Amino acid sequence: MAYVAVKGGERAIDNAHAWLAEDRRGNPDVPDLGTDQIREQLGRSVDRVMAEGSLYDPDLAALAIKQAQGDLIEAAFLLRAYRTTLPRFAASMPVETDQMQVRRRISAVFKDMPGGQLLGPTYDYTHRLLDFTIAAGTPPPKPAEMPAEPVAIPHVHGILDHEGLIERDTPAGGEPFDLTREPLAFPAGRDLRLQALARGDEGFLLAMGYSTQRGWGGTHPFVGEIRVGEASVFLTPPELGFEIDIGDITLTECQMVNQFAGSRTVRPQFTRGYGLVFGHGERKAMAMALVDRAMRAQELGETVAAPAQNVEFVVSHCDNIEATGFVEHLKLPHYVDFQSELETIRRMRADAIGDILQEAAQ
Amino acid sequence: MTGYNFAYLDEQTKRMIRRALLKAVAIPGHQVPFGSREMPLPYGWGTGGIQVTAAVLGPNDTLKVIDQGADDTTNAVSIRRFFARTAGVATTTRTAEATIIQTRHRIPEQKLHENQIIVYQVPQPEPLSRLESSRIETTRMHGLAEYGLMHVKLYEDITRFGHVSLSYDYPVMVNDRYLMAPSPIPAFDNPKMDMMPALQLFGAGREKRIYAIPPYTKVVSLDFDDHPFRTTRAPHACGLCGATDSYLDEVVTDDRGGRLFVCSDTDHCETHRDVGHVGSEGVAA
Amino acid sequence: MSDETLLSARGLNLHFGTIPALVNVDADLWPGEVLAVVGESGSGKTTLLNVLSGRMAAQSGVVWYRDTAGRIADVHAMPQPSLRALHRSDWGFVQQNPRDNLRMGVTAGGNVGERLMAQGSRHYGDIRAEAIRWLEQVEIDADRVDDLPRTFSGGMLQRLQIARTLVTHPRLVFMDEPTGGLDVSVQARLLDLIRGLVARFGIAAVLVTHDLAVARLLAHRVMVMQRGVVVETGLTDQVLDDPQHPYTQLLVSSVLQA
Repeated sequence: MAYVAVKGGERAIDNAHAWLAEDRRGNPDVPDLGTDQIREQLGRSVDRVMAEGSLYDPDLAALAIKQAQGDLIEAAFLLRAYRTTLPRFAASMPVETDQMQVRRRISAVFKDMPGGQLLGPTYDYTHRLLDFTIAAGTPPPKPAEMPAEPVAIPHVHGILDHEGLIERDTPAGGEPFDLTREPLAFPAGRDLRLQALARGDEGFLLAMGYSTQRGWGGTHPFVGEIRVGEASVFLTPPELGFEIDIGDITLTECQMVNQFAGSRTVRPQFTRGYGLVFGHGERKAMAMALVDRAMRAQELGETVAAPAQNVEFVVSHCDNIEATGFVEHLKLPHYVDFQSELETIRRMRADAIGDILQEAAQ
Repeated sequence: MTGYNFAYLDEQTKRMIRRALLKAVAIPGHQVPFGSREMPLPYGWGTGGIQVTAAVLGPNDTLKVIDQGADDTTNAVSIRRFFARTAGVATTTRTAEATIIQTRHRIPEQKLHENQIIVYQVPQPEPLSRLESSRIETTRMHGLAEYGLMHVKLYEDITRFGHVSLSYDYPVMVNDRYLMAPSPIPAFDNPKMDMMPALQLFGAGREKRIYAIPPYTKVVSLDFDDHPFRTTRAPHACGLCGATDSYLDEVVTDDRGGRLFVCSDTDHCETHRDVGHVGSEGVAA
Repeated sequence: MSDETLLSARGLNLHFGTIPALVNVDADLWPGEVLAVVGESGSGKTTLLNVLSGRMAAQSGVVWYRDTAGRIADVHAMPQPSLRALHRSDWGFVQQNPRDNLRMGVTAGGNVGERLMAQGSRHYGDIRAEAIRWLEQVEIDADRVDDLPRTFSGGMLQRLQIARTLVTHPRLVFMDEPTGGLDVSVQARLLDLIRGLVARFGIAAVLVTHDLAVARLLAHRVMVMQRGVVVETGLTDQVLDDPQHPYTQLLVSSVLQA
């Protein structure tokens, strides 16, 4: 038998990609999906891809979702790989979330407060019954409308702050860390941790946050406030020297009120965990706030024992683009290493048999 | 390709990577953190190697990309195409003709020369990672050159198996100072790293580390005096070219235990056949 | 006994908030001498051990060590690598809980051999032979050399820790309640063993214990601590048979009643 080494990697890849394109399109008798339809009708997917893709652009996120056949991690990956090529013009000012155009704002710690409870578009109180009128394409009923009144909606933690009951934000000095430009390093400051969480996988953070509620690093959390809405982004171009508004982005912010720290000598105060994500993503924002607070254990003098409190563990593993790459790379060929394993185990087995024979002979 | 810079990465990023490379060359075997960028290929597919290659690649370079020693494996094809597309550089499968060789899991059989750079793709740059999970701790161990733990691992292997059970990614001491992961090359390739005339660069994208071995640097595989480091290869000749000194892949030819052993380094095998060598299962070139 | 101390401390002070752990503590240790630091929990004795060994910094005061070449080093001013090298070679530390010091997933031989390998030993056979020799010194059967510590009893674990610590022939060993947490019968055997090893190899030791019987058996001299203050110090028999300070008298009498 004459053996010819396997060839044809080039052709195999081309063919695979062509097949993939056909598979993506599906049955051609069904109309092609427009990215505008995805942007408008799969908004929560678009938001998640923007958050984990770390790029605020609903049109590109919609394209990524279409290109990835709805695989949201793959879509976030496409967005990240695009984002990485973009020039960085400037850093924005911190967004003023208390100035947000709020469409939803709830607090679990007060029945009512300045600005009120505003339910907004939420699944919270829907009955999870499949709605076949949606399949039939029946237009939805028109929601009630009322004239918008410019009401101030201050942050709930500000109410607690009047009495000194809750820790204050300590303004960070200088530019925040950017882990897309600088390599991750430990010990990781809170700016770095929050950035990693904001980009992190929703499922991972959900499980980590959940674990803190089940005794693995409990933080005794209350939802101080969740708000969803549009916030203006300002930046100060050096050539102008004053702030300009460059547009609005949708954000979800969660301020968690957590167990207090203090002692007989230091007056106790509630502590805080913080979550902020692009788009409408309450689950992620809440989980992020839980994990942010859990990772402050050391700073607050608590025992660090649970996974969610371990900064190195959480920050090193929350990124789904890194995780999916490394898990899935196992399907790349490893036969050279496996060959050396084969030789090693054969040699060991041969030696082991030798020992047995030697013993038997004695 | 329109819309992208030469070799994909913008020039600022390349400068940042080159600074890391210079530091890495200055401190052989030391892992230098760098601002690894997100790449259009997944982590684990060679994002570190690609970034290093992109940072050192010039328009006159000739690039060779191998995976498992072969130019034709899908991942090698994909990366070679990436640079052909984004940088328009010449590519080759000939080891001797390449100025830059990006590799996953092998070092070519042919001795590399001074005008070449070999870029390794590295999944896990930390050689102590399997013994100590905290990077805070391993960084301290490197800083203080406290590597007793690695020898404990070798001691335990010999005690349990009679041999060191590591067969690839076998740890090395570089320049008598830093313990280094050679990337998952088979231990067979480790001796090639010692006093290599070519510059060796290592990129770990997901772990955001770069390290290097300058030309003609001492690289020693860890061992004990009475259990010296040994390389292993399948005890056969290549079925295609008859080579007895190359690392071999084992190819399953039927379901009755049939096996064929062939060179893992496809260029080495072809070159050997081009000059007239034929193995037991091969056809003359 | 040499007239030059091996380890000396002067004016050590350390407070945890308002709680005094060390108050103007002086200490001296001569080569080959065993010094017991006794007191109740909270007396500052473990803190003193940590400060003397450089593992914890005092707020004021100084600790000197005289190395094999006769050079005097300020323990707390030493660069980290030198201090760690000292801890791996000339010094040893025996923890109350051997699990804090041993590698539970590594064989007994590997545990004992680690310090040798860290010092550069590169001959497997020699390392293993030395490990076996040390297992025998601490009365562990040589055929347990390839077993994992998790199969060992509490007393064996403590003896394994001692072998792991002494294998590099340290001149100075710090011991934190080495017999704490063990059954009385196991304690007696271990104390006997420690006394024999310390005498045979001329090891100096600082021994922290709340148990006056342990101090009496092992120590040449005793320091009694109360709320961070050294209230009495002297030869072991002298302090324990004729205590001068009311607190020492209380400690001694409470043992007799028990």
